[in-house]
Amino acid sequence: MSGPLLNWLREVRERYAHPSRLAQKGVLGMNRRNISYISRYNDRSLFPLVDDKLQTKKIVLDAGITAPDLIGVIREQHEVNDLAGMISSLPGFCIKPAHGSGGKGIMVITRRDDLGYHKTNGQIANIGDLERHVSNILAGLFSLGGRADVAIIESLIEFDDCFTGYTYEGVPDTRVIVFKGFPIMAMMRLSTSASNGKANLHQGAVGVGLNIGDGSALRAVQFDRPVLLHPDTGTNLLTLKVPHWEQLLNLASSCYEMSGLGYLGTDIVLDREKGPVLLELNARPGLSIQVANGEGLVPRLRQIEALGNKHKMTPQDRIDFAREHFSRQ
Amino acid sequence: MASRKPFYLLVGLLIIAGISLSLHRHYTYDIPWLPGETRQTWSIEAKIEFDATGDEVLASLAIPNTQPGFTQLNQQTASPGYGLAYSEKENGGRRADWSIRQASGEQALYYRVDMLLDPYAAPPQPSQPPELKVNVEKEPYATAANQLLDRAQERSSTPYTLARELIQEFRIQSQNAELLAQLKPQTDWVVQLLQQAGVPARQVHALQLEDGRRRQELVDYIQVFDDEDYQLFHPENGQQGRPDNLLLWEYHSGPVLEVVGGKNSMVTFSMIEQEQPFSAALNQKFSENELLNFSLYTLPLEEQALFKGILLIPVGVLMVVLMRILVGLKTSGTFMPVLIALAFIQTSLTTGLVGFLLIVGMGLLIRSYLSYLNLLLVARISAVIIMVIGMIALFSIIAYKLGLTEGMKVTFFPMIILAWTIERMSILWEEEGPHQVVIQGGGSLLVAILAYLAMNNELIRHLTFNFLGLQLVFMAFVLMAGNYTGYRLLELKRFKPMVEDK
Repeated sequence: MSGPLLNWLREVRERYAHPSRLAQKGVLGMNRRNISYISRYNDRSLFPLVDDKLQTKKIVLDAGITAPDLIGVIREQHEVNDLAGMISSLPGFCIKPAHGSGGKGIMVITRRDDLGYHKTNGQIANIGDLERHVSNILAGLFSLGGRADVAIIESLIEFDDCFTGYTYEGVPDTRVIVFKGFPIMAMMRLSTSASNGKANLHQGAVGVGLNIGDGSALRAVQFDRPVLLHPDTGTNLLTLKVPHWEQLLNLASSCYEMSGLGYLGTDIVLDREKGPVLLELNARPGLSIQVANGEGLVPRLRQIEALGNKHKMTPQDRIDFAREHFSRQ
Repeated sequence: MASRKPFYLLVGLLIIAGISLSLHRHYTYDIPWLPGETRQTWSIEAKIEFDATGDEVLASLAIPNTQPGFTQLNQQTASPGYGLAYSEKENGGRRADWSIRQASGEQALYYRVDMLLDPYAAPPQPSQPPELKVNVEKEPYATAANQLLDRAQERSSTPYTLARELIQEFRIQSQNAELLAQLKPQTDWVVQLLQQAGVPARQVHALQLEDGRRRQELVDYIQVFDDEDYQLFHPENGQQGRPDNLLLWEYHSGPVLEVVGGKNSMVTFSMIEQEQPFSAALNQKFSENELLNFSLYTLPLEEQALFKGILLIPVGVLMVVLMRILVGLKTSGTFMPVLIALAFIQTSLTTGLVGFLLIVGMGLLIRSYLSYLNLLLVARISAVIIMVIGMIALFSIIAYKLGLTEGMKVTFFPMIILAWTIERMSILWEEEGPHQVVIQGGGSLLVAILAYLAMNNELIRHLTFNFLGLQLVFMAFVLMAGNYTGYRLLELKRFKPMVEDK
């Protein structure tokens, strides 16, 4: 065999994992996620509940789950002028599209003074900028497939200070995968300057795998590679520990009863006063959480599936089960 | 979870049905697996010569039809000043009839026919046995003939063996044979005696095909029927069966040539052998035979060309499915790459790529201005469509002025699809940055190029067009891919860090 070909083969071996090793590690792939979990456990008719944040809001309120307050909804272009009146009494708020995905089109205003509205990244916007953002949302700029959309204005979450130093701008949120009501895997997403204040891992945010047992950090990754320190603030990421962990797991697993979705991603943030607050639900949660945890989802999913539907477990039983079995050192 | 058995059963059935349909087409209709195969055809020219007497002339020539071993393709005549009509007799015999009001001197009429050498030829109607008729002969011929027939009948059991033995007998009883030959030729006697024995038989006129021969004459054969079946017998040596390359020219109990108003008439034949691409041969073969089979060759040429394109789409779609499910490439717009690949087929790859990149690149520039205008979505897309059409027109004109006729082909791009591509890329750029645009745009283009290479492959074009059963196989592959739960190729790379750290 010729030299270049051998070199090439060696390079391929270095850059690609052997499928059997991934399987051994229990890594869940996109195809298996779609066929064996999403389409099997998530009833198609329930998707609008999570894809439309307005509907999510409604069922969240009905279920009595803690979530940011809804200030107003803008549905039509001519209602855009009402925006100023809606937000006049608020110090901070958040404008998001009802059908946005992956955090697109979310504008967070932290405070307001004589200069204008302060965004999280330090930029200052005026009311005209806000109105244009709302028009863009209505035109469907941020929605899947570009459909016409509605804009939701929510009250701002008062972020708990416990994560100061772990994040650069942006909102640190906790993603918990809930399978049939069991919180099976969790990670925290910390924005960085590379991710431009966004908490999406593929854009460069740091993902920190969390111990389901107590909410402490297991491992941190950026761009799928392990990191120890936050690239902007230099904090040791492994010292991170999420407070109110029991409460947070409770909130996450109650989303199963509320939405009826068997395979669910919940995004939770910690409010200074209210504690864990549900930010978003996701019927197609991504797979990066496995990289952040350094562990595959499949063994845990299998373990839950093996329980069957025979004995009814209360939400508390499920959390205890998960904390007992999925705890890692 | 429903059982997967019905699913695998369905996939298995689709594959089996698809493959057996294709095998059927290959073996029954002789359609080759590989493109570029040729089929042997014979071009045969009959030349009729006679001296016209100065009055009206009517010349009638028997002409061959599709028969076992040969499929008739096209025919033409050359006969200056003559009127021509093709006529068909009730028994299936076809004739070419020339006529002219006045002619004198030497006349020459030409008839040319192309016959495809075709083991699967299907005659339009089976050969009809002739009616039995019994001639009463005078003595001593009747006795001599009966002696021959009696001896032959003793040694035979079936019509075919009777014919063989009878011809044998003419050689054995040579004295009787010589006596009979004084009255009429041996072939006539054999036919007459077979008829007398109740076996339908007739004399047929056949042409021995040999490449490059000129001024050949027809040879006589004896056609002996056993119910619907028949066999040919050589009248001299009694050999049974049709020799290779023997074309029956007149086989309906009619005269080969009839001329009214002329004398010294004769017909001679010249022939050449040709190799024709099989598709041309099949086109001609199926153009007349609509009931023969379920084949695209029965469609008019224009529709055939259309179907050639349509039947390739599943190949492109399969490519997209494989690339997305097995490899994990991201494309902007699920099947956009297939449409782009179809455009590449029209434009050729390099022209297409350059045109595509130019239009999308320019479109992104202009679209970035449109996003400042804060337009509603439908209006924005419409504006992009108009813009794309404008750019295509502009590029065509510039290319034409510069003398680049290749550049004119940008008009083959699907404009609405281009507009959507530009719109999606532009949103992607605003939301995720240029990096994602390059990844997704590159992915789409890569899939489009792969789809193009597959769809433009001569072998694949040949197979999809000629073997409709393969569509079922494609269907089965797509279904199987839809059930694939393994890792995508790019996931092996993505999750590589997870298996590294031990």
